[in-house]
Amino acid sequence: MQNVVNTDFEIRSENAMCVNQSKLDQSFSSLLKYTIAGIFFGIILVKAQVIAWFRIQEMFRLQSFHMFGVIGSAVAIGALSVFLIKKFKIKTIEGESIRLEDKQFSKGQIYGGLLFGFGWALTGACPGPLFAQIGTGATVVLVTLLSAIAGTWTYGFLKSKLPH
Amino acid sequence: MLEWIKQPWPWYVAGPLIGLTVPLLLILGNRTFGISSSLRHICAACIPANIPFFKYDWKKESWNLFFVAGVLVGGFIAFNYLSNNAPMEVNPKLAQEMAGYGITNYEGLIPKELFNWPALLTLKGFILMILGGFLVGFGTRYAGGCTSGHSIMGLSNLQWPSLVATCCFMAGGFIMANLILPIILKL
Repeated sequence: MQNVVNTDFEIRSENAMCVNQSKLDQSFSSLLKYTIAGIFFGIILVKAQVIAWFRIQEMFRLQSFHMFGVIGSAVAIGALSVFLIKKFKIKTIEGESIRLEDKQFSKGQIYGGLLFGFGWALTGACPGPLFAQIGTGATVVLVTLLSAIAGTWTYGFLKSKLPH
Repeated sequence: MLEWIKQPWPWYVAGPLIGLTVPLLLILGNRTFGISSSLRHICAACIPANIPFFKYDWKKESWNLFFVAGVLVGGFIAFNYLSNNAPMEVNPKLAQEMAGYGITNYEGLIPKELFNWPALLTLKGFILMILGGFLVGFGTRYAGGCTSGHSIMGLSNLQWPSLVATCCFMAGGFIMANLILPIILKL
């Protein structure tokens, strides 16, 4: 694997997902705790049927409250947690302060959001469920995942030409 | 207890547990919840192709890859050991509509009649799996996040751009599911 120098802080900071890196926990054994967290999350996704194509179809046809209840209560608990973390200045288990960065608005949230919505209704999966679906033995979803990686790559390739 | 776990979980159990992923990742190591960036890290690790968007030290973000590997394992565990394998119960209106397209199998979480290897070679399967997947990857990165990064994490942190993104996810899904998908499923 080549070593690339990170010269791209600007792009990283405008990208909502790539902030908040901790310098303390980079060893393999330390990273394994995220795998445990992922297992916990994957089990919930399956048990809540969030990865079920039919549940997604019900959501977009307003035929079931289930998905709205899942997302709504997740946001409520998430927001309460973030509020408490900020209010009591809770630190990480390594003793670091927890930082949350603001997201910048771009037109990408509109155009990209609509395109992702199309894909979500077609595949019945957002990125997390793609991984969980493969875990349930739906091997063909590997192809969908590879296609999603190709989509991400294409976005990176075209980024400078797209309206933001 | 195990019998209860093996049933599908109601929203008021599953939703709060998903919400707890937000503080869990923050407290474990200052990580903001978000899954779609794993796709970007895979690009950066495997096919950066000198594209500026993929020239960063993905190893510093590798927690995300450890997390999605866990999601895959979690899917395996839940499906094989924590499920009662009962067919899904869906709204009768949806079942009626699906029957019109010849979809009647509710045994798995993913309709086997639509998502299978031979179907990849049909136009319908190509649109659902390959074009659909492409839109998921392209759209989430263009939007700067997905359901987890914007709808859960972003909204939890009261970020209005995430609200815009979430509304657009939903609008796109409504348009596709109600207006375009019926045509595709008839193919």
